[in-house]
Amino acid sequence: MRTVVSVLVSGLSRIGLWGRGVVVAIPYLWLLLFFMVPFLIVFGISFSESIIAQPPYSSLVEWLTDEDAGTSKLQILLNISNYFRLGGDDLYILAYLNSLRIAAVTTLMCLAIGYPMAYAIAKADPARRGPLMMLVILPFWTSFLIRIYAWIGILKGNGVISNLLEWVGITSGPVEILYSDWAVYIGMTYCYLPFMVLPLYSTLEKMDPSLLEAAADLGSRPFKSFLSITLPLSLPGIIAGSLLVFIPAVGEFVTPELLGGPDTLMIGRVLWNEFFANRDWPVASAVAIALLLVLVVPIMIFQHVQGKQAEAGR
Amino acid sequence: MKRFGFLSWALLFGYAFLYVPIALLVVFSFNESRLVTVWSGFSTKWYAELLHNDALLDAAFLSFQVAAVSATLSVLLGTCAGLALTRFGRFRGRTLFGGMITAPLVMPEVITGLSLLLLFVAMEQWLGWPDGRGVTTITIAHTTFTMSYVAVVIQSRLAGMDGSLEEAAMDLGARPAKVFFVITLPLIAPALVAGWLLAFTLSLDDVVVASFVSGPGSTTLPMVIFSSVKFGISPQINALATLMVLVVATGIFVASIVMARQERQRKRDEQMAIQNG
Amino acid sequence: MAGQPIRKPTRLEPWQDAGQTPYVRIEKVTKTFGDFVAVDEVSLSIYRNEFFALLGGSGSGKTTLLRMLAGFEQPTEGKIYIDGVDMAGIPPYERPVNMMFQSYALFPHMTVEQNVAFGLKQDGVAKAEIRDRVTEMLGMVQLSAFGKRRPHQLSGGQRQRVALARSLVKRPKLLLLDEPLGALDKKLRERTQFELVNIQEKLGVTFIVVTHDQEEAMTMSSRIAVMNHGVIAQVGTPTEIYEYPHNRFVAEFIGSINMFDGRVVSTEGDQVLVASEEAGCELLIAHATPAPAGSPVSVAIRPEKIALSKEPLAGGDGRNQTTGIVREIAYLGDVSIYLVQLPTGKTVRVTAPNITRRTEMPITWEDEVTLTWRPFAGVVLTQ
Repeated sequence: MRTVVSVLVSGLSRIGLWGRGVVVAIPYLWLLLFFMVPFLIVFGISFSESIIAQPPYSSLVEWLTDEDAGTSKLQILLNISNYFRLGGDDLYILAYLNSLRIAAVTTLMCLAIGYPMAYAIAKADPARRGPLMMLVILPFWTSFLIRIYAWIGILKGNGVISNLLEWVGITSGPVEILYSDWAVYIGMTYCYLPFMVLPLYSTLEKMDPSLLEAAADLGSRPFKSFLSITLPLSLPGIIAGSLLVFIPAVGEFVTPELLGGPDTLMIGRVLWNEFFANRDWPVASAVAIALLLVLVVPIMIFQHVQGKQAEAGR
Repeated sequence: MKRFGFLSWALLFGYAFLYVPIALLVVFSFNESRLVTVWSGFSTKWYAELLHNDALLDAAFLSFQVAAVSATLSVLLGTCAGLALTRFGRFRGRTLFGGMITAPLVMPEVITGLSLLLLFVAMEQWLGWPDGRGVTTITIAHTTFTMSYVAVVIQSRLAGMDGSLEEAAMDLGARPAKVFFVITLPLIAPALVAGWLLAFTLSLDDVVVASFVSGPGSTTLPMVIFSSVKFGISPQINALATLMVLVVATGIFVASIVMARQERQRKRDEQMAIQNG
Repeated sequence: MAGQPIRKPTRLEPWQDAGQTPYVRIEKVTKTFGDFVAVDEVSLSIYRNEFFALLGGSGSGKTTLLRMLAGFEQPTEGKIYIDGVDMAGIPPYERPVNMMFQSYALFPHMTVEQNVAFGLKQDGVAKAEIRDRVTEMLGMVQLSAFGKRRPHQLSGGQRQRVALARSLVKRPKLLLLDEPLGALDKKLRERTQFELVNIQEKLGVTFIVVTHDQEEAMTMSSRIAVMNHGVIAQVGTPTEIYEYPHNRFVAEFIGSINMFDGRVVSTEGDQVLVASEEAGCELLIAHATPAPAGSPVSVAIRPEKIALSKEPLAGGDGRNQTTGIVREIAYLGDVSIYLVQLPTGKTVRVTAPNITRRTEMPITWEDEVTLTWRPFAGVVLTQ
């Protein structure tokens, strides 16, 4: 019995050594296979041609065998016409600009609603802060689709807002807000608000209240103190929150699809249509790569800010 | 708050903005009329209809299955990833690994969906697996994008943990594997639960990625809701939404009561310790 | 210095006995983190039953050295032997060493009993024996009534004792303590110092303590290694370290001290005569290491070894005697600290016990005073 145990134990200690390797390898391989490789495939297919076949794209690499010479050679065809199409067609350019504009407006609206909320919660009684924050995050746990759906009933003609306006007497007929850019702004602001409030709250909550007392002691009025002390110190939170809203908003698909009108073009929608309606996989891939390029800069800023925050926290 | 000033109004407006739509959704789920915006009397008939909507129930069952499996896989993979990033120091390819873990967090869903579909198509072409698309491919896709969230949750818990606890266990004779199961795992258990719930919710919420990688006969609940919402509103969706909100609200309510009770207990214990000290 | 050594000296200490083999041998150990050299070619011998202190400021390398003994860090270069066994490649869980952590590192999800039993369980000790040993250990640290509590239900002092019990229950030959008293308040710290020494003497365990608190090191340890920037500045008994510092760093790190720069005039036997402009007199030092005439030296004199008087001293050869004006007086109750400015501008710190009780000081601000000290008060430090 003792020998069995000791063999087991020495075996286990050997496992301990390569156990670390396994712990790293499993998620590593998973991500390589299901994140890195797919990304490279998208990149590759963006250089291929659309053909009517299964799958509907041409192969980049071909073995050409010359029967007479008895030789064969590897031929790689890179077709950059997909990218030219993106650059040449107003539809795509408009969709990119629209995405950036809608994401920017959404970010500003989130900031306008979220900053006072975060500030009020950070100033509230410490015992109340937890529950108040909980109430902000709670909607995030309910389905995204359901939350968008809720707005359809409110924004449509004969919907809640329309009926309310009519009842008050401001308008005399049904008002249709649905299927417009405004519906998309409202829907996206609604969905992304928690992402703005969270980082804002965490920077405002950490701020030393004696800073404001010191400013007041030195003769600064509350509003002036807010502008010269609170606002600059909460800048990292503003940047983090804005990017947390802006980045996913650029690539958003569901909200413009459900709340937007036919002319509310966003890049996610274009990609979806190229893929599902036109079955043009190479162009869809090129749209995806171009979308990523748009997002690279904000993502880099975000990583930079997060890195600085992490350093400061140490 | 001394007076009901600007901040209070801002807070009130914010919460109204967040909750009025949900409240209306719930109210109109009990509306007699098919028109979900005009109140015409109380009724629970939409709930009854919901129970007989087989397509919807099948989709719900499938979604729960996918969410449960992918959340579990995510927690396993995310725990490994979190450990690798916080406890193993520098290893070869760590930078790439860290990048791959956080990238799915900011990756637009349409790209994740498209790229995974292209992978599955290519794999089928080369390897003959997966044979078509369905539950398996959706589960893999959901695991891939939810494991990043889980890894972040677990990583921050591990980073916040006193590293000398594990060293102390090792110093007292426990081998690394034992240290993990006896010390680390119990201490990060709350993060595992939180990560699992987060992954489950994200999976249950996803329509874009699932639309790309699903096949015939594997329609998830969000896909059903999405297509029916595109055709306009229906009180059945209101009823379904109400049930989902109810489940989430109950879950959060119970969790916060448990947490508050633990917090009170902890405070009492500390008080007692000070008095005895 | 408030601390008085609380251990009784034995006849021949192990480090003075050539026949003794050291229990822990550290040979030219270097540890680098990237470009940073945390420990720089340190060699040390520590003997059985010693209470050995590693004393230094933050970043001095003392904790890194301790963690290398425990096995959490591997030396970049050099060797560590414990009981004659080379520790290279031996993981922490296979070393005959236990450690008490600065944060105590009590497992929060286990009771006090489970915490203490943890190490024995890892060794597969029989259940009944575990129970007995845990009970015994908790009795020793006076926590018998707290076995079922969780760490967060204990006060700081109780947690410290649980950590001590947990690290001692495996009966290690060597116990490493990282700032064991760091988290306790002053009163509790003083009481615990004595407890630690008592337990160490009773169990006959070798203790290596890391501390930044010189008083703590002085009071508890048999020997002290003062560390600075990864290097050992001096190893010695508390008295040696205090009375015979080898260099400026040790002299200034331990307690407070006055330094006079000067040049050697002459050496006779072990008596050295130093001329110092700064002091305004010639300094005669007994029991000094001889130094060649003309070489620059510093003379270090502890503030309590200087006598103050208001009357100019008649006679004498003018050596070890200078005058100045009292600029500051700090009354601490038991002693008073005087800062005396010499005509050269140099400020000298003098402490004098307040032997008599009186409200009016015999020496007060702006008094001209004479400072004197005996030849064996000073220490010569070569540059």
